[in-house]
Amino acid sequence: MLETETTKEAERLMTICNACRYCEGICAVFPAMEIRSNFATGDLSYLANLCHNCGACFHDCQYAPPHEFGVNVPKTFAKLRRESYEAYTWPAFLGPLFRSNGVAVCLLSGLGFVLILGITLLMNEPAALFQAHTDAGSFYAIMPHNVMATLFGSVFLFAIFAIIMGVRNFWRATGENETPLADPPSLTQALHDTFTLKYLDGGGGGCSTGTDQPSPWRKRFHHATFYGFLLCFAATTTGTIYHYVFDWVAPYGYFSLPNIFGTVGGIGLLVGPAGLWWIKRKMNEEMAELSNRGMDMGFLALLFLTSLTGLLLMILRETPAMGTLLIIHLGVVMGLFLAFPYGKFVHGIYRFAALIRYAMERRRDLKHAPAE
Amino acid sequence: MTAKKNGKVQQGHYDVVILGGGNAALCAAITAARLGSSVIILEAAPKDWRGGNSRHTRNLRLAHDESNEVLTAPYTVEEFYSDLMRVTDGETDEDLARFTLEQSSELWDWLLEQGVRFQPSLGGTLQLSHTNAFFLGGGKALMNAMYRTAEAMGVEVRYDTEVVDLGFDDGHFTQATVRLADGSQEIIAGQSLVAAAGGFEANIEWLREYWGDAADNFIVRGTPYNRGGVLRLMLDNGMMAVGDPKQCHAVALDARAPKFDGGIVTRLDCVSLGIVVNADGDRFYDEGEDFWPKRYAIWGRLIAHQPDQIAHVIIDEKAQGLFMPSVFKPVTSDTIAGIATQLDLDPAKLEDTVATYNAAVVPGTFDTQRLDDCRTEQLDPPKTHWARRIDTPPFYGYSLRPGITFTYLGVRVNRNAQVLMADGRPTSNVFAAGEIMAGNVLGKGYLAGIGMTIGAVFGRIAGREAARRARN
Ligand SMILES: Cc1cc2nc3c(=O)[nH]c(=O)nc-3n(C[C@H](O)[C@H](O)[C@H](O)COP(=O)(O)OP(=O)(O)OC[C@H]3O[C@@H](n4cnc5c(N)ncnc54)[C@H](O)[C@@H]3O)c2cc1C
Ligand code: SF4
Ligand code: SF4
Repeated sequence: MLETETTKEAERLMTICNACRYCEGICAVFPAMEIRSNFATGDLSYLANLCHNCGACFHDCQYAPPHEFGVNVPKTFAKLRRESYEAYTWPAFLGPLFRSNGVAVCLLSGLGFVLILGITLLMNEPAALFQAHTDAGSFYAIMPHNVMATLFGSVFLFAIFAIIMGVRNFWRATGENETPLADPPSLTQALHDTFTLKYLDGGGGGCSTGTDQPSPWRKRFHHATFYGFLLCFAATTTGTIYHYVFDWVAPYGYFSLPNIFGTVGGIGLLVGPAGLWWIKRKMNEEMAELSNRGMDMGFLALLFLTSLTGLLLMILRETPAMGTLLIIHLGVVMGLFLAFPYGKFVHGIYRFAALIRYAMERRRDLKHAPAE
Repeated sequence: MTAKKNGKVQQGHYDVVILGGGNAALCAAITAARLGSSVIILEAAPKDWRGGNSRHTRNLRLAHDESNEVLTAPYTVEEFYSDLMRVTDGETDEDLARFTLEQSSELWDWLLEQGVRFQPSLGGTLQLSHTNAFFLGGGKALMNAMYRTAEAMGVEVRYDTEVVDLGFDDGHFTQATVRLADGSQEIIAGQSLVAAAGGFEANIEWLREYWGDAADNFIVRGTPYNRGGVLRLMLDNGMMAVGDPKQCHAVALDARAPKFDGGIVTRLDCVSLGIVVNADGDRFYDEGEDFWPKRYAIWGRLIAHQPDQIAHVIIDEKAQGLFMPSVFKPVTSDTIAGIATQLDLDPAKLEDTVATYNAAVVPGTFDTQRLDDCRTEQLDPPKTHWARRIDTPPFYGYSLRPGITFTYLGVRVNRNAQVLMADGRPTSNVFAAGEIMAGNVLGKGYLAGIGMTIGAVFGRIAGREAARRARN
């Protein structure tokens, strides 16, 4: 990525931190910074993506504003993360979407919605939309299964492809030559750090994004969101297996696996994003990178709406509202899929990549450390 | 309970009134509050700048009989004591010193209980890994944790509240007069007093009394609020002084450091790898006398005695990567003359100094991990270790200034942290902790981490005794 005002500021901060090192024990950023003596933009975007925005190093810093050094690592890194997503996006011309994310997300989900509605109407009598359907396969009375699967499957595959391409650009820019696949222990370590949100805890006490009082809630809400998302994903996957392997047709019973996964995950995906929204709203003003708000809040809103419409659909699926709800739900999900590579979703992927890189670097470092 | 007195607002009456808002003050406040006292902290600084010099610290030194998750090996009181005797040359109250070190063994558990967290010694400080406990996130994190604990216990904290007068009745504290941000004054009365308002290192006029004009060129590493006002009031009210007013902890700093509050990052660790010259381009001290951590605290005074209180360290490419990164970039050039011009030195003179030094270097095996055999011969002053020719461009130069950490002049206390009157009688309700009495233990020299130890040990005792006194 090219040098920007933000990378210059990040370099200035890392020079101060490297001379100070007081935060060394808090998170992975500082040990990773210390083994570098100068900071290329790739290094800086790697460090920025290692940061979990926990706020500890802001409240702990004797050089934080109003000090003339004005050290504010979380804010600078938040901005740099967004710039890095933008710089490494594939295809590159879509990078600017990250800047106008609030708007982009609305447009994308609007687009998704229109698309779904259009296709549905093309396939159906408008009247079918407003009837109650109680039999198996009722969803497919609105939109045939094959159309649904092809549409969503292809958008999803595209999203994954685009993300992989972007993260590959990122990986190369950080100067790492090895592929993570060649280093399973580091991969395991990174998976562990991701699934436990190891660094989302200010070095032990929790995040201090509002005041200097650490709190476990940000981690809890993030866990709810993350695992909620995974469960919803599991619901879709089991549903697909049911359909193609067992020939069982949706909607499934309340106590079927897809439904249990979907319900529990859906609740997590309501509580988590709502909580994170609330925490972001109460973020310390000096620490908050407001230009990221559109991206952050847009993604939370999409997750929340996906879950809300999904749960409503499940509850009201035997009423005449089903048709409308299904279209809204599918529209939101389509928006979510479309926004995957160009919105806040990528933060998880970039951070995971950064954590792998960190684990690899550590292991190499230890191997080369002189015996004491 | 607000009343008017001499045109000043009289604010409530507290069991324990604490002057200052750093480590010593908070240790006292929490201890007194835990004993049930009503406590008020009067801190001169605004909230953003609370915590005095303690905000800039990274560790404290404590005796411990067993290693733990952070401290890599035991450190006995005996070992601690002999380290202290070595650095102070015996300039200490041996009884109080030993007592402090014994008490320090309680600090680990106690600080954990107050919400303070520790981490292993930082990169580049391995030599302290078994003696010093490092604060996770540094001194500001420590202070934040202590303030949270104190406030949760009902301690009242007043920021922007500078103590400008103290009422004593023959050594018996009655009230404090404070000045608020808007210039108005208030009176705060209390049963007992804990003075924990630091030294006078930020008071250049006061430093001038001992250092003359040289003081103008001192950089103050810590808070601008430690101006010694409370110390002055106590001495003027007949309390006994301790410590040599000229003694202080002063190090060599990058000359571009801010005048106040530059903290830890402005230090420069490359002196032992190069040569240091004064404004005339002359060397003036053995740069390789001992390991830098053992010597850095004498360089502040050395530079304070040079013309214009400035010096310049010159290294070459070989030294790169061998010292802690610094916050400011050095001047660089491919020639010594080029360095001289940028540092405002006479190029011919500096070339001569470097050439003379280079000629005196004898071959040896360079090793920064031990006192190696790389030295000079027939050079005055000599460089006794790590002497290598300065001959590999690019060359690098940094300018250095004396940076004052804290002063040692204080008030005399006993084991109860009770301040003594000039005639040796203990005051009835006046206690002191931290920098303001560190000179009792530290008459000279410095041992990394002992400033916070003295503050925490005596802060706790002062809090306890002040609470006890308030109850009677
Ligand atoms: C850069 C730096 C690094 C250091 N690192 C270490 C270290 O790692 N370990 C260590 O042990 N020591 C270290 N020290 C020394 C250490 O900071 C002091 O020994 C210690 O902080 C003293 O604590 P204290 O509570 O007495 O004073 P302080 O923490 O300085 O607190 C004094 C307080 O009094 C307030 N005050 C002053 N005058 C008034 C007034 N008139 N009215 C009201 N309030 C007033 C000030 O605002 C301040 O908050 C370091 C010092 C500096 C400058
Ligand atoms: S954030 Fe502040 S305290 Fe932490 S390492 Fe950087 S400069 Fe030091
Ligand atoms: S994860 Fe927390 S401590 Fe680490 S850099 Fe980010 S905000 Fe600072």
